[in-house]
Amino acid sequence: MIQMKQIRKIYSTGKVEVEALRGIDLEVGSNEYLAIVGPSGSGKSTLMNIIGCLDTPSSGEYVLSGERVAGLDRNRLAEIRNKHIGFVFQNFNLLPYATALENVELPLLFGGVGARERRERAQAMLDKVGLGDRLEHKPTELSGGQMQRVAIARALVNRPAILLADEPTGNLDSAAGQAIVSLFAELFASGQTIVLITHDSGIAKLAERVVQVRDGLIVEDRRQAA
Amino acid sequence: MRSRYEFVKTEAALVWRLFKADAEHQRKRIALTVLAIAWGTLSIVMLLSFGEGLKRAFHRSKRGLGENIAVLWPGATTRAFAGLPSGRSISFRDEDADLLRERIPEIAALSREYAKRIGVTHGTKTVNARVRGVDPSFGPIRHLFPQPGGRFIDALDIADKRRVIFLGDELATDLFGDQAVVGRSVQINQSSFLVVGVMQPKTMMGMYSGPDKGQAAIPASTFRAMFTDAKVANFVYKPGNAAVADQAKAEVYRLLGRKYHFDPEDARALSIWDTREDQRIVDNIGIGIQMFLGFIGALTLFVGGMGVANIMYAVVKERTREIGVKMALGAKLRQVMTPFVMEALLMTVIGGVLGTCVSLALMAGIAALPLKGEAFDLLGRPTFSPGVAIATASILGSIGTLAGYFPARRAAGVNPAVSLRYE
Repeated sequence: MIQMKQIRKIYSTGKVEVEALRGIDLEVGSNEYLAIVGPSGSGKSTLMNIIGCLDTPSSGEYVLSGERVAGLDRNRLAEIRNKHIGFVFQNFNLLPYATALENVELPLLFGGVGARERRERAQAMLDKVGLGDRLEHKPTELSGGQMQRVAIARALVNRPAILLADEPTGNLDSAAGQAIVSLFAELFASGQTIVLITHDSGIAKLAERVVQVRDGLIVEDRRQAA
Repeated sequence: MRSRYEFVKTEAALVWRLFKADAEHQRKRIALTVLAIAWGTLSIVMLLSFGEGLKRAFHRSKRGLGENIAVLWPGATTRAFAGLPSGRSISFRDEDADLLRERIPEIAALSREYAKRIGVTHGTKTVNARVRGVDPSFGPIRHLFPQPGGRFIDALDIADKRRVIFLGDELATDLFGDQAVVGRSVQINQSSFLVVGVMQPKTMMGMYSGPDKGQAAIPASTFRAMFTDAKVANFVYKPGNAAVADQAKAEVYRLLGRKYHFDPEDARALSIWDTREDQRIVDNIGIGIQMFLGFIGALTLFVGGMGVANIMYAVVKERTREIGVKMALGAKLRQVMTPFVMEALLMTVIGGVLGTCVSLALMAGIAALPLKGEAFDLLGRPTFSPGVAIATASILGSIGTLAGYFPARRAAGVNPAVSLRYE
């Protein structure tokens, strides 16, 4: 799924150069449940951006689902995100003026899927996350847990290779967070590859593999029994 | 293509909701901007419509002289030719009319024009008017059309040298007031003439020897019989079509040059007024005025467009995170930009429709006003034509698109990795 070799990322703000990633080697196979953990400033967000093709590495090689990502233009990267990556964010990032159904339809819309198929697939996905009765609700009419479910449905609707979640429970109370964590476990059980970025070791414990990042380097990569 | 249409259709629904949300959010700003667009549209539509009315008035009045006609006067030679000196005056003879008609097939119709300023009397009233002796073709060539119940000079009038007269509308009113005129008689030179027709009123822009409304026409043969020493003042003719006009002109020089012994290259030996030239100039002036007015209107509208662009820049800034989300979900640059352009166009279209409605109402109001006089004939009739509509729509469309495009380009420049962290 993911093959990274010697990934470096250097941000330069004026005269100062900051090396956020200093040579990351990472391989993620099919149907893995991986947690990337590390304190803030460790480079884990940068790593997530690069895995998600939101950003490109300064050097190194990144192959995602058999496709070399380096050097692609912005539209091609958008296509790759659309097809291979499903994002889940800490603050949900739903479009506030669109209904749950429309939010879930968005990736299909950008992928050029026709109206009827879009609706059917979005509806099925919302059913799957337990929101089949909230299709026409706006985000403001939903609870935090429900919003995050809509976001997960949106992330999965285009059947991505990787579900990439950035602190998905960070804005939820513990009950709602727990429900999301169980949903992830279910998805993993049904074959979904999941990459989770978190600083919450409690959440990370649930993953099958934990990668520690510190100062732009992987300092630990261990598998654990789920 | 299908998926592109799908995208635009779905986005249109979302854009409409977004616009309503924005309108709620910055109501005053959007209202003012829409008003600015409406005002710009109003000025552009009104100015273009005034221009159109002016152009049409030009067109109407230049037809007063006749369309695509030429007037031919004798001149004086400026070159020695065939042993004759330069500076010799040419004068036409009556039979030249037949010569020109027969020998120049490019000339479709031709009339002699004799003229004399003389008293025309009805009862105790005498008007000193220009009386012309002409052929029947003079009427259609020079657009002297009879009012209902009358006619112009005809072939029998010529053949029988009848004492019949066709009056300009102003002359008829001066002599007879409001009374019916056809069938009455007037005196010229102690001879009685039967009035056979009165000219329909018309406006004239170009003219020679004064407006037609104050003149009278009698058969050329009658004129010659009355004034035996009269010479043909000029001929008027109409070429078969505009394409052969230059050829006809050259033929006139060649033919008359041979008869009166002047060099066909000697332009001053004859004087030909080709009204096509003037019509072209008048047409170009009309188009020029309209373009100028349109340009001023477009400038006004441009200011409104700046307002739209300004709002869209603010909207892009406000929605930076949303743009990032869309990018993360796989929106291509075009798909990020389209909604912003659509929203700008939506604002422009709302303002445009508003402005157009107000201008149409204004024009209906102007049309209902009882405006008279020559200035109003030219200026008082703004006309909304399909051309004006197309020009307005395309200017509005391009300004709206531009007003959306530049902010949208800024949106496309958003870095998703950064904007998702944007709080």
